[in-house]
Amino acid sequence: MSTDWKSYKPILLPNIKNLHQIEVYEKNGGYESLKEVIENKDDKWAKDKVTNEVKSAGLRGRGGAGFNTGLKWSFMPKPDGGPRYIAANGDESEPGTFKDRQIFEYNPHLFIEGAIIAAYAMTVSAVYVYIRGEYRSWIQKLQKAIDEAYKKGYLGKNILGSGIDIDMYLHSGAGAYICGEESSLMESLEGKRGYPRIKPPFPAQKGIWGRPTTINNIETLSNVPYIIKNGADWYSSIGAEKHPGPVLYGISGHVNRPGVYEYPTGMPVMTLINEVAGGVSNGKKVKAIVPGGSSTPILRADQLEGLTMDAESLREAGSMMGTAGLCVLDEDTDIIDFLWRITHFYHHESCGQCTPCREGTGWLEKLLLKIKNGDGEVRDLDILLDLCTQMEGRTICALADAAAWPVRYTITRFRDEFEARCKKTIYATA
Amino acid sequence: MDIAFDKTDLEEIEKIKAKYPTNQSAVMPVLWYAQEKFGHVDEDVQQIVAEALELPEAHVYGVVSFYTQYYNKKMGKYVLDVCTCFSCQITGGYDILEYLEDKLGIKAGETTEDGMFSIQSVECLGACGYAPMLQVSNDIYVNHLTKEKVDKLIDSLREDKMPEFESIPLPQHQNEEN
Repeated sequence: MSTDWKSYKPILLPNIKNLHQIEVYEKNGGYESLKEVIENKDDKWAKDKVTNEVKSAGLRGRGGAGFNTGLKWSFMPKPDGGPRYIAANGDESEPGTFKDRQIFEYNPHLFIEGAIIAAYAMTVSAVYVYIRGEYRSWIQKLQKAIDEAYKKGYLGKNILGSGIDIDMYLHSGAGAYICGEESSLMESLEGKRGYPRIKPPFPAQKGIWGRPTTINNIETLSNVPYIIKNGADWYSSIGAEKHPGPVLYGISGHVNRPGVYEYPTGMPVMTLINEVAGGVSNGKKVKAIVPGGSSTPILRADQLEGLTMDAESLREAGSMMGTAGLCVLDEDTDIIDFLWRITHFYHHESCGQCTPCREGTGWLEKLLLKIKNGDGEVRDLDILLDLCTQMEGRTICALADAAAWPVRYTITRFRDEFEARCKKTIYATA
Repeated sequence: MDIAFDKTDLEEIEKIKAKYPTNQSAVMPVLWYAQEKFGHVDEDVQQIVAEALELPEAHVYGVVSFYTQYYNKKMGKYVLDVCTCFSCQITGGYDILEYLEDKLGIKAGETTEDGMFSIQSVECLGACGYAPMLQVSNDIYVNHLTKEKVDKLIDSLREDKMPEFESIPLPQHQNEEN
């Protein structure tokens, strides 16, 4: 990636005053992609052509897993006349992630337009937008935008005179990290405790209320109008080759100018820290980063040279892109304290369905607390690593893995600091 | 207060039910509605929610006990949820929590004797770039907290003035303008 990021103009969060108002959004080309699709629904933008365009654009989900969006859409079975759904995932509960709320606040119609196009492409008649309950202020903002879109005929019966009906409903969560997991989100929409489902069946076969469902992240859907407007080739030329497009980087922790920034994928991590976010606070040095939310493996400062924010580069370095919520830790950060707090989070958020996760997250927290308090022994570190092995891949959903990875990688990458905090016992040399 | 839904409430509940293909799916929004009205969703409230939606009370209890934002007991008039997770932890979230505990003379999880304030230490609220922060009564976020800002907040809440929504400009936009 060259230095042309400086001339990059944001498209998801452009600098346009009052863009959240539908008139302003329309004046700036808003809903043109939807109109274009609807006008050409019998030829150029037939449903499968929309899906193929999104697929070949290479758009990958922005919620954490990074799966090809168009490919996901193509998993929906042929319509059988019954209801089909999109669940738009605005649960945004992964610690370090605060990007989708910027879309609700600054550009809600972009998301709505993208969701309507997605609904058209998959023959969906109702979009349920699941937003974490804590985001009450942003739920109100999005509801206002949805109401505007209904009034203008973009949503509801016979949208834009096309004969197509698409509704959009907001569903507020009520405080549960696990509801960002797609099958848990569907359970929650059905009015239940958010227990993840065993897969298969996958949501496209059997989703909400037993019907075909696709779950997409808010930011992901917000990319769709631009793919329609400018084409897949244009889109795939932005940013990293295998993980293209603009992305919202949520930078937090010890930096001078934290916040959400939109740049192409593949931004060098050190550029994001030093130039975009104004460098480490108080002139200190970077000790480590967590690149994409609390579950993505931590990286030491010496692992950051040449590292870019895209799936491939981060995987090579031993981490993941996640939600691109980049948290920066300065040289004074107590890494043991930091890890203990992460284990506390996952213990609190485990739904309790699977034993390895329910018990495992508790033991991770207990052992880390013991080490944090200076009562740990070196063998506890190996017990922790063993515990991670017993959790990873042994549960219904990925929460156990998400809890285990930070422990595994923080201990292996900062082993000296952990050992220094442990009591010296005969086990230290065993 | 009598724990019952009046005619207007029942009409609202019908509107909520119309958004979903099943009654059960309306349980979360109806619980939110009930909590707004009664201030909590204790077992008495859970019972009327169950009746309104024709669901077993045990199901409603199961939902209430799963999600942290539903209050299964009476809370303070203002619930202060201090984020101490991840980015907030490393930027002083616990200092803010301790300051608030000392100031109000209660610990996280407790309510002041006058019933004005409850404090909770909570998980990530999705305001990582504006840390440390807290949320007032499941509603407004108060960002970039300092002790002075906490003092001001408590003073205004004592006068029943809720803080207003704070729109934080995107730093990228500010950079462009400079």
